[in-house]
Amino acid sequence: MTALPQTTQKKLGLVIDLDICVGCHACVTNCKEWNTSNYGAPLSDVDAYGAEPMGTFLNRIHTYEVKQEGCNAQTVHFPKSCLHCEDAPCVTVCPTGASYKREEDGIVLVNEDRCMGCGLCAWACPYGARELDQLAGVMKKCTLCVDRIYNENLPEEDRIPACVRTCPAGARHFGDFADPESNVSRLTAERGGMELMPEQGTAPVNRYLPPRPKTDIGGENKIDILAPFLEPVVNEETTQDQPGGFLGWLDKALEKI
Amino acid sequence: MHPAPSVIIFTSLSGLGFGLLFWLGIGYPEVYGMSAFGMFFVAYALAVGGLLASTAHLGNPKNAIHAFSQWRTSWLSREGVASIVTLLVMAVYAIGMIFLGQRFQILGWIGAALSLFTVFTTSMIYAQLKTVPRWNMRLTSVMFLTYAVAGGALLAGQISIAVVLLLVLTLVQFAVWQAGDKRFREAGHTIETATGLGNLGKVRLLEPPHTSPNYLMKEMVFTVGRKHSRKLRMIAGVSLGLLPVILLYALPFNPISAALAVAFHMLGLFAARWLFFAEAEHVVGLYYDKR
Repeated sequence: MTALPQTTQKKLGLVIDLDICVGCHACVTNCKEWNTSNYGAPLSDVDAYGAEPMGTFLNRIHTYEVKQEGCNAQTVHFPKSCLHCEDAPCVTVCPTGASYKREEDGIVLVNEDRCMGCGLCAWACPYGARELDQLAGVMKKCTLCVDRIYNENLPEEDRIPACVRTCPAGARHFGDFADPESNVSRLTAERGGMELMPEQGTAPVNRYLPPRPKTDIGGENKIDILAPFLEPVVNEETTQDQPGGFLGWLDKALEKI
Repeated sequence: MHPAPSVIIFTSLSGLGFGLLFWLGIGYPEVYGMSAFGMFFVAYALAVGGLLASTAHLGNPKNAIHAFSQWRTSWLSREGVASIVTLLVMAVYAIGMIFLGQRFQILGWIGAALSLFTVFTTSMIYAQLKTVPRWNMRLTSVMFLTYAVAGGALLAGQISIAVVLLLVLTLVQFAVWQAGDKRFREAGHTIETATGLGNLGKVRLLEPPHTSPNYLMKEMVFTVGRKHSRKLRMIAGVSLGLLPVILLYALPFNPISAALAVAFHMLGLFAARWLFFAEAEHVVGLYYDKR
């Protein structure tokens, strides 16, 4: 039934750190790899080597430029996948009962054996998280790697979503938002994790950690946080009367005695 | 939104069909035998034809039977259930009129109410979507219902009331365009709220996630053809109501002018419905810096 659960026992989701993401698309690639060979229909490509290649992806990275008047522009890489909303409009519009939100962990899934490919759920999603597979004709979306996170055949460190597992920068975190002590809850609280398009009223579970403004780093009176590490190790003035090489070492060694 | 022929034909024809069933249900015109058969045939051809056209929109039609199951939550499911129930109730009513020479009045009234409810459920498929601010207003349902009742009156040959309703419809259509043009701004969605980066400054897309359009862009970020929208609005606005009214009212009544009136109304209906989709902007376009 496509009614939403009143509450879910867990609220599994992702925290995406926009301050750290370098836009390498590794999460996109690993997501496609895992999800094309496991849960449900493969994520097909159409005209993959032609003039207008098109494919199904559950995770995509946009890159934005943010500019404030009088400041340098800032580049923000922005990964976007299903936010597993608490008030998921994609679920309630589904006429067949294929879309559902799990009571036990809050994951939003599509039962492909019931989906008729009408696409209304993709219309209802503000985030573009659902894509109709062009070959299979059924709706595809992020499953939060439901076939990894509970999979006891995998080593324990692999029981996290493929995108989180592969991120080389550590910009993605997976956890339970219902637990206030979880990694994702604490990150959200400490870093001011934000919702996307809150005015849509979807109550997304996933949170985005805002990038630090570049103005905090540069500027007249501000010191670059990396500057102390970049200070010259050897100072010219002090080196002038000091011998280098073997004699220098001998000098220092004798000083210490 | 992509103006797919399947959904344009579906909403236009089934709206007209259920509009005609509404008038037949309340006994305008009260016809029996072969003339009743002709009327009901047209109504069913439009309603069923429209519904069948909608299945062309499906990626996986073999599961379409499940679409009747989620009427508690889904307007699309309600639309499916309502249309089948309406067609069944009206079928019994039609059998009475065609073969038995009897009018089951109560059944007709129920069928008429169900016809309007079916059109309302169709309208709610679109009006419920917060993601498409242009559709997300009460006026959308008013518009669908007015189209059905006015077009139905025209097909049912209820000329005097059809003339009034067609003029009302024209006003409603212009009101919808007026209100719709402001909806996106009123809803307050911007690329800054979409990305949450507004407090850092002005946001623009530097690099899209992919080099050629994907499903989302083809389906929901349809921007082609909007440049003709003003002209199309004028064509639709004139031909869906004003031209039929002139043909019906100003000229002496004859079958050719009546057929022309219907043809003009349908031309206006299709043009307006094309615009309904083509002009609708989905909020996901914000992530692509396009609307």
